[in-house]
Amino acid sequence: MLQGLDYCLKMEVDNVVSTVREPLNWSGRWNHIQKVLERSGPFAHPDFEPSPDILGFLLNNCKLLVIGAGGLGCELLKNLTLTGFRHIDVIDMDTIDLSNLNRQFLFRQNDIGKAKATVASDFINNRVKGAEVVPHFCKIQDYDASFYKQFHIVVCGLDSIVARRWINGMLISLLEYDEDGNLDQTSVIPMVDGGTEGFKGNARIILPGLSACMECTLDLYPPQVNFPMCTIAHTPRQPEHCVEYVKVFGWEKEKPFGDAPIDGDNPEHIKWICGSACERAEQFGIQGVTYRLTQGVIKRIIPAVASTNAVIAAACSTEVFKLASSCGAPMNNYMVFNDADGVYTYTFEAEKSETCVACSQKPKTIHFKPTSQLRELIEFLCQDSMLQMKSPGITTTVNGNSKTLFMKSIPSIERATRPNLSKSLADLGLSSGQELIVADVTTPNSLIFILKLSDQCSAET
Amino acid sequence: MIKLFSLKQQKKEELASGTSSAGKRKATAAQLRLTKDLNELQLPKTCITEFPDPNDLLNFKLIITPDEGYYRGGKFTFSFKVGLGYPHEAPKVKCETMVYHPNIDLEGNVCLNILREDWKPVLTINSVIYGIQYLFLEPNPEDPLNKEAAEILSTNKRQFEQNVNRSMKGGYVGSVYFERCLK
Repeated sequence: MLQGLDYCLKMEVDNVVSTVREPLNWSGRWNHIQKVLERSGPFAHPDFEPSPDILGFLLNNCKLLVIGAGGLGCELLKNLTLTGFRHIDVIDMDTIDLSNLNRQFLFRQNDIGKAKATVASDFINNRVKGAEVVPHFCKIQDYDASFYKQFHIVVCGLDSIVARRWINGMLISLLEYDEDGNLDQTSVIPMVDGGTEGFKGNARIILPGLSACMECTLDLYPPQVNFPMCTIAHTPRQPEHCVEYVKVFGWEKEKPFGDAPIDGDNPEHIKWICGSACERAEQFGIQGVTYRLTQGVIKRIIPAVASTNAVIAAACSTEVFKLASSCGAPMNNYMVFNDADGVYTYTFEAEKSETCVACSQKPKTIHFKPTSQLRELIEFLCQDSMLQMKSPGITTTVNGNSKTLFMKSIPSIERATRPNLSKSLADLGLSSGQELIVADVTTPNSLIFILKLSDQCSAET
Repeated sequence: MIKLFSLKQQKKEELASGTSSAGKRKATAAQLRLTKDLNELQLPKTCITEFPDPNDLLNFKLIITPDEGYYRGGKFTFSFKVGLGYPHEAPKVKCETMVYHPNIDLEGNVCLNILREDWKPVLTINSVIYGIQYLFLEPNPEDPLNKEAAEILSTNKRQFEQNVNRSMKGGYVGSVYFERCLK
């Protein structure tokens, strides 16, 4: 141990003195990786060309984004940096809680309350020589396309379906198509997604625009557990029913903290709910309402199992390695894992949905003059031989706020948006490159149009 | 297999150009889906939607004026809140009119299976509105939220009808006072 430490220190000194020796790539450091990257093998893809340059790419050029620095995130950061990926950004909006420490091994008791992304990055950067992990203590929604564009691969260790759908939509929106509608493959940013729930987990690869995306397979996610309203109101049988009762009825009625909504991270809130739930449980002769159970129901906590995280993160890291190096065919494309009773794993191809709201359509570009009226745009949508819409409803986003341009089917909106018809596109706040969402009975999903404004052109697709 | 990283294309443009895209946030899947749902809303004449802010499609009201059944002649307002999890998660619906109904409690909570345990992403805003309308045509004593109302509905339909009428005209049913809600 001491020798090793001494060695590292010496290397750092060497680094200052001369650059002849590469201190971060000491002899033998990448032996195991090189065996895979610098020679062919029975599992290598036929198109794979072994080369020492690939290691250089992993070490120096490849940029990864890890979303989530929790159970999966800690494993992912450790695996990826030890595999040789150095340029990794990590986003997490959460802070460290005592209950994380059993499995989120980059955190210590002193770190409780600090940002997960920051503590995880610092730990990895200190521990793995050469790692340059950059933390982002914020929500994924705080960044726009210009941020996400810079990465080669996005890896997710998330616990939220909303966040998965958001990043899925973001990566799809970054796709670029040429004039014939062919996908520019350099605009594809693969997404490797891991998820765990107790002893069950899954790992999957999404190649936006090419393979099944999050929205294509949205129905694979089990629906949220919701107890029937009448059960929780009148015939509770489980301690969970009592907690849910207080959440749905008691909080609103008694407003124990004024108008504040329930905050699952506020111990005072949980304590109050737990107390009320206990009273209710007593009335119905139900056992088992505890603080822990209450918190579990309110925060929809599913017990996390460290070994499941390790398995899923390992699968995800391996896939990132294969994608980045092309040394093996990536998994196709969805792996499920379950070790609740024995060990079971199965990989299948989730199919791309032809009618997926998110990835089945290529945005179409339409050209108008800034002085054109909204009415002309709608006439175009109805008269164009390729579209022939009947009664299009149009919404968009202006300065970060959603805006309804026109919708005929709903009388109150029709009245409010009718004056827009005779306004010019410029006066409506629309600018070139604007995304318009158009819904019409003639298509199964809303369509996205990119509006281009210039003075000379008339309407054309 | 696509070789995503032919080594030539090693460096991605660093934090590209930085122009335009800021502020033009991309449409979310929930927004795409909701625009579609609303544009295709086909409501019977007993149901009207009201959007206080036409630019905010996520929050709106539904006004139901049943033309048959126990609640004929009444006017009931529901608030809809559609979250970013839509359609994975059901919209949140509350009844803003105090109503004497076995499946709606006095705080406005609605017991409708497709709003909770039976919600599926294939369902639409239209399905929910029809579900609520159905509650007024066929109040269901098997699934009570207002237990007293449910009991009377299953034991004495005439009494139930009278109670509904009294509540809609504005008055007491038992010890509970109902505001007038006839249209």
